[in-house]
Amino acid sequence: MSRLLVISESPHIHTGDTTQRIMWRVLLALVPAFLCAVYSFGIGALIVTATAMAGCVATEFLIARYMLGRRAPFVSVSAMLTGVLLAFNLPSNLPVWIVLIGSVVAIGVGKMSFGGLGCNIFNPALVGRVFLLLSFPQQMTTWPLPIVNRLRYADALTGATSLTQIKEGVAGAVDWAGEAIGATGGSLGEVAGFALIAGGLYLLATRVITWHIPVSMLLSAGLFSLVIGNDPFVELLGGGLLLGALFMATDYVTSPMSHSGMLLYGVMIGLITVVIREWGAYPEGVSFAILLMNGATPLINRYMKPRKVGEGRRDG
Amino acid sequence: MKKLTFRRGGVRLPDSKLTAGKPIVEVEAPEVAVVALGQHIGRPARAVVSPGDRVARYQLLAEADGFISANIHSPVTGTVKSIGPVCGANGYDIDAIIVESTEEDRDSDRAMMPVRVRTDVEIAAMSPDEIRRAVRGCGIVGLGGATFPTDVKLTVPEGKSADVLIVNGAECEPYLTSDHALMLESAEEILKGVEAARRACGAAQAIVGIEENKCDALRRMAEAAGGYPATEVVGLRERYPQGGEKQLINAVTGREVPAGKLPIDAGAVVVNVGTAYAIWRGLAYGEPLVRRIVTVTGPDVEGRGNFRVWNGTAVATLLELAGASAEQGSKLVLGGPMMGHAAINPDAPTMKGTSGVLLLPPSMSGRLEPDACVRCARCVSVCPMGLEPYLISTLCRFGRVKEAREHSIANCIECGCCSYICPSSRPLLDFIRLGKSKR
Repeated sequence: MSRLLVISESPHIHTGDTTQRIMWRVLLALVPAFLCAVYSFGIGALIVTATAMAGCVATEFLIARYMLGRRAPFVSVSAMLTGVLLAFNLPSNLPVWIVLIGSVVAIGVGKMSFGGLGCNIFNPALVGRVFLLLSFPQQMTTWPLPIVNRLRYADALTGATSLTQIKEGVAGAVDWAGEAIGATGGSLGEVAGFALIAGGLYLLATRVITWHIPVSMLLSAGLFSLVIGNDPFVELLGGGLLLGALFMATDYVTSPMSHSGMLLYGVMIGLITVVIREWGAYPEGVSFAILLMNGATPLINRYMKPRKVGEGRRDG
Repeated sequence: MKKLTFRRGGVRLPDSKLTAGKPIVEVEAPEVAVVALGQHIGRPARAVVSPGDRVARYQLLAEADGFISANIHSPVTGTVKSIGPVCGANGYDIDAIIVESTEEDRDSDRAMMPVRVRTDVEIAAMSPDEIRRAVRGCGIVGLGGATFPTDVKLTVPEGKSADVLIVNGAECEPYLTSDHALMLESAEEILKGVEAARRACGAAQAIVGIEENKCDALRRMAEAAGGYPATEVVGLRERYPQGGEKQLINAVTGREVPAGKLPIDAGAVVVNVGTAYAIWRGLAYGEPLVRRIVTVTGPDVEGRGNFRVWNGTAVATLLELAGASAEQGSKLVLGGPMMGHAAINPDAPTMKGTSGVLLLPPSMSGRLEPDACVRCARCVSVCPMGLEPYLISTLCRFGRVKEAREHSIANCIECGCCSYICPSSRPLLDFIRLGKSKR
């Protein structure tokens, strides 16, 4: 034998698809919503997003390299994604230093303290967001109104989101067209409904995500709000439900493993969101709902197993 | 024609059937045939010849040792040179009988014409027991890869019954085309074998399942089946592991084999099309199983094709016939890329279960560096047995085999879908196998 052969266990072929590529696809799917955000909120959206990305990437690198002593790449795609998702959940006029604090908490507390990629229980971007919401309630709930002056950043005109208006009983007429394309108040990434849906459809088409979580979550939120007498379309488009259903709740690490588990998880997030919006102290509840169900995910994984072939029900 | 498939999990693999439609090329018997004693599942056969003995082609070399075992016959006329350990494909020693033939021996083999020992009418008059005995005598085992003794399969245990014989023409592994080639060239003979097998196991009906990527074979078999009222040919949607017994039964009948049980517990017996052909040869010509179709293939193998190979031919000889050598590739797989075994010794002999010889170039030989599991749940959704590969694999990795058993590790059919799909390239099946091997 003049040359050694490679041996390994089967299978000897692989899809070639990698976690890195999947995360790039998610980033790509967020581009339309990002462009809409820049269009609506101007340079603020760009500054907040860039800051959050840089903050997350730097935090992950520093912790992985110097605290955990791992051989970590300088730029982690997963941290970039966390940064973008965090930014999408922030107002576009949030001061840079607050954004940086959010990034450090998202990656440092939300992800690395659990051991890094794949080990965290809670969605890191939402950990960062909720930390900021509780720490800086004033800044976090003052939403800049879109399209005033795209080059102004910190002192843009501010106003309430449609959900806040509803909460405070000043609803009046909701601007439908505005909700759909993002010409309304809100976190920078949640306002452009169509762009988010386009990104979500891309993720479904490329099989990055399955339909189970987004569909069950949106359906349960829509139906439940109908039952309690709210306009389901305002509920679905008016806040972070679309962003949450398509990009936040579908986070691999923190969502259940079986299809039945995913359905339960989605339904519960939808219900809890509407409950918080209707009866809670906050006008918006998507982040809390997702974090709560993140916490329930290990339990769901334990009890909602796929049906083993040849056990239980059989004959089709 | 119906397009069926199994209900749970599975993946759509790239076809890579580079040798589809290539005719079967007859290969000369080797000068030195290395006939392994353990070519089947069960106890290795017991040698009945001694070194120095003259043996004729088709003569019994070793007999079945117990119920789950199979006879082994000589592929060549020649002299028994030795009986003992030789280096097997995986580098470990295997027991084998080495038969050397001279030029005259090979001339006489070439001149040997197949002689009918039973007419079609006589075969139709055989009792199930006679068929099983003839099949056992010929040393026929499952040629789909598992090499389970066929006569044992056709023996329906007391208190159970089979109402359907399922014939596996799925050939769902990429690259392999040996069953495809056989169906194209010998549809009639396969169906005659199916008929005999069906009668042997007492099933009222036989269903041949063929994946739709082989539409020419599907058409050919459906045409030929016109003359067999008890046999139906169905098209299957391309999906791996459709050729797995449990998946095929589910695809064709909708039934599920209860966990830990055999196909017969779902009223089915499954045989491969190659096995059906071997049954026919055995019944009609008294020809024992000493050769089979082997697909020799690979992206860089110029002369790839389907070869009818005598048992005991060195794998290296087949590569040479296809204009390749083990040196030009860097991974040599015996079988398909999903379930085949990587070989370390190209001089190892082919056996009854060798369905393919696949030479992969260096670019396809390695594995990607594993990353952290991100719980994407793909392994769970592709598992055709409804298991949780990520969990079982991790439990095995930390030696928690008892818990892995509680999560039904024993149900795993080792199809490799989980490792194939994992975007973090984690060696899921490696650890599952490790756990299964622990007592």
